[in-house]
Amino acid sequence: MSSAGTLLPRTRLGMYGLAAGAAALACLPLIAPPYYIELGTTALIAAMLALSLQLLVGCTGLVSLGHGAFYGLAAYTVYLVTPANGALPVWLTLPAAVLAAALASLVVGALSLRTKGFFFLMVTLAFGQMIFFLFHDTKIGGGTDGAFLAKPVLAAFGYELSLPRRQRPLIAYYVSLALLVAMYTGLALLLRSLFGRVLEGIRINEHRMQALGYDTYRYKLAAFALAGILAGVAGHMWAMHRGFVNPELVGWHRSAEALLMILLGGLTTLHGPIIGALAYVGVLREVASLWFPERTLLVEGLVILAIVLLLPRGLTGLSRHRLERKSEPHKAGADD
Amino acid sequence: MDIASLLVQLLNGVQYGLLLFLIASGLTLIFGVMGIINLAHGSLFMLGAYSAFLVARATGSLWLAVPAGLAGGALFGLILERGLFRRFYTRDHLDQVLLTFALILLFEETRSLLVGNDFYSVPVPAILDFSIPITSGFAYSAYRFAVIALCLVLAATLFFWIERTKTGAIIRAAAEKPEMVDVLGIDSRRIHATVFAVGTSLAVIAGVLAAPLYSVYPGMGDGFLIISFVVVVIGGLGSVSGAFWAALVIGLVDTLGKAYVPKAAGLAIYVLMAAVLLWRPSGLFGQRA
Repeated sequence: MSSAGTLLPRTRLGMYGLAAGAAALACLPLIAPPYYIELGTTALIAAMLALSLQLLVGCTGLVSLGHGAFYGLAAYTVYLVTPANGALPVWLTLPAAVLAAALASLVVGALSLRTKGFFFLMVTLAFGQMIFFLFHDTKIGGGTDGAFLAKPVLAAFGYELSLPRRQRPLIAYYVSLALLVAMYTGLALLLRSLFGRVLEGIRINEHRMQALGYDTYRYKLAAFALAGILAGVAGHMWAMHRGFVNPELVGWHRSAEALLMILLGGLTTLHGPIIGALAYVGVLREVASLWFPERTLLVEGLVILAIVLLLPRGLTGLSRHRLERKSEPHKAGADD
Repeated sequence: MDIASLLVQLLNGVQYGLLLFLIASGLTLIFGVMGIINLAHGSLFMLGAYSAFLVARATGSLWLAVPAGLAGGALFGLILERGLFRRFYTRDHLDQVLLTFALILLFEETRSLLVGNDFYSVPVPAILDFSIPITSGFAYSAYRFAVIALCLVLAATLFFWIERTKTGAIIRAAAEKPEMVDVLGIDSRRIHATVFAVGTSLAVIAGVLAAPLYSVYPGMGDGFLIISFVVVVIGGLGSVSGAFWAALVIGLVDTLGKAYVPKAAGLAIYVLMAAVLLWRPSGLFGQRA
């Protein structure tokens, strides 16, 4: 085994590849019309959400169906703390959103991590839906219709309003890209640390980690809360980008889509979910809504079905055959 | 509060709980025997409700929908098991989640193509469209009584089947030690197909019975799916009797909560689930800690 975490690129070439990918994303606005810059921002935010979930799924072996709730909760927090006729600066909205996501994920994690396997799936889903119904059934966030944030929220970045209107989407795009790169780098460093190794150990064989003296519950809870915080960062960015919140942001379909992005991009790498998210939001869903504007969900369902049936290793699994232990930890979980 | 309205709410709670049991028992059986999580189980309920609506619209009565739902649900379950689910028993949780998520989207889209996205109410069958007086000044819907009775009959049949018949013994054995069942020369594929068909049939019939009570609407399966998960978590995964008691508790807590403390009612069942998780993470009737 190499000294780097197993989800990170194993060769220098792989690292250059990732850097080149990031550079290509940074150059995209030079050639793309504004519509595609906005789409790109949406895809980058989805990539943040999928990447944060990968900390649980790919690294720790925890399949959560409540992850979207922390993302949506953070977006709603931006709405709730923003006064009706003004905009708050980002150094107030971001901590508020992250704090809300952190608290919620700590509580939900503390309870749901008492269970394993399918129980964990169902409990995270149920608690996630509890947060969903909180916004869906009550008036605190505009009810089923959702709510607009009072002003163009990107004003929160301060200098932004001095820019001509045409360039404003660029700010959101580059901020999202910078956040995504920072998130990836941070998680890559984390995976190289002892903490990351313990998480991978838990995925592969939790009992052995316990036998080695690790309090695996605490490690899993820390991972769950950190993933929730990162989802909160993504949700905050979504509110900044769209200036609109609705209950769909919180619902579990969001979590299922994030899981799909992970599967699509490949479970066995940290960057896989980013590729999956860009492919899914930037290409697949876009094409589906262009060709079948009335029936995007039908196309989405068929695409997911095709992926689980035909591409169980994801897009990155297409390029090479690997001898993997990927499925082993998940199957071990099925015994619970 | 007066006693008559309390009685009505209690009956409503029992009726709701029994419907939840029909959904949750299928979920828990399918998980217990095949080790698969079926997120589309709530959509099967939705399909049942919409087929009841279609039958009622075509024939003017709900009666045909009950046997048709039971038989059609079983057949549909058989097709799903043979065609799709069977390949996923040994796959990751993640694959199972996404497979069944895709099915939810496909079922909802099929429903939308066939019936559209409108709300529809379904009339109560004419024969049962009256109220039974219990005390002076208090009467209860005959249809709800009929639903309670039918659910109890189905539940009793299910218990008898699992606890007292040979097939039931094999199913219990398959849930406990699947390799042993295989070694004894029993065709476990047949058991899987049977369990899946029964579970599907129960979800569909729950939808049929629910149609006149809650009317039919897009995405109605989602809410019932989540509540059924709460039932299964509280009852203990794989335990049918656990699902029965948990379903009654959830039905009563939710109904009474909505009637008497409407502000906090939505949260009540989740608080209950959290309490059970703190106290007994494997559910009240779960086998293992």
